[in-house]
Amino acid sequence: MKSSDDKKYWSPYLAGALSGLVLVLSVLVTGKFYGTSTTFVRAAGMVEKIFDAARVARMDYFIKEVPMIDWQWMFVIGIFIGSLIAAKTSGTFFWQAVPGMWQKRFGSSVGKRAVVAFIGGVIGMFGARLADGCPSGHGLSGSVQLAVSGFVSLICFFIAGALVARIMYKGGTR
Amino acid sequence: MNTLLYGLITGILFGFLLQRGQVLRYDKQLGALRFFDMTIVKFMLSSVLVGMAGVYFLKDFGLATLAVKPTILGGNIIGGLIFGIGWALLGYCPGTSLGALGEGRWDGLWGILGMLAGAALFAEAYPGIKKTVLTWGNFGAITLPQILGINHWLIIIPFIIGGILLFRWFEKKGL
Repeated sequence: MKSSDDKKYWSPYLAGALSGLVLVLSVLVTGKFYGTSTTFVRAAGMVEKIFDAARVARMDYFIKEVPMIDWQWMFVIGIFIGSLIAAKTSGTFFWQAVPGMWQKRFGSSVGKRAVVAFIGGVIGMFGARLADGCPSGHGLSGSVQLAVSGFVSLICFFIAGALVARIMYKGGTR
Repeated sequence: MNTLLYGLITGILFGFLLQRGQVLRYDKQLGALRFFDMTIVKFMLSSVLVGMAGVYFLKDFGLATLAVKPTILGGNIIGGLIFGIGWALLGYCPGTSLGALGEGRWDGLWGILGMLAGAALFAEAYPGIKKTVLTWGNFGAITLPQILGINHWLIIIPFIIGGILLFRWFEKKGL
């Protein structure tokens, strides 16, 4: 059962396989694997440097992940640009403050969605840094290399995610 | 400089494909976590199957070196579970939050701001975490073929067959 909306998109198998191919090319040409969450550390360090550069320079984690623009930083910016191009050229760009599924369950309040999304972001990134990766670094790049860390993390992402989603949408409809 | 340019181009291609595959949607991310819409799993697993075969093919010909992240069970398991909680609340992961913003779903912005705060918070906690959680179950950079002591293709080929069978099952069930 495909809605008319789905016709504007590609099969997830095709889009996924092509992004696997892009990953292989990236590894061949530059030796770089996908990853995104370290960039948030570097970006946070850049912001903190504005206020207290000396303190940032002393902090262990910013010595490990130096606040600077690197390959991955540009990769993350690229994701934004690539999505914008794809949405604009296919007529699928539209402004939306509250996702449909959320709205059905929790109402159309932008503030409510903002608060939960922000808190989710804080928790998610703390966890990603503790795990040393997110669905791109561990889920894609880790699994591709058959890394034990990738599979273990990916399984944990889904276990906790499914559990919280179940609690949030308990008794709710699709 | 070239490295940065390659990063940007790779990101643009990946972002384009994520958008085309409808991966950047809250409804799709939660649909997978609620087990009724496997769009993001189809995308992710397709990438993994192609990437796995391609990367190990390159490696066999000496054209690629792996960059395996260490397995630290304390960090991977506890961090992974914490990430999962945040992921379900936000409905985007770090990469897809930027992609969502790119296609106009601007609730991704709250996620990006939250994640910057989360990264800053982790940097504060890091000295303590480094001495505790990140020392629990540290096995170094290990891969499945290493711990099983078998050739990587003996894992990759069954993995691809298993993946295709799973896809067929998804389609049969309309997931």
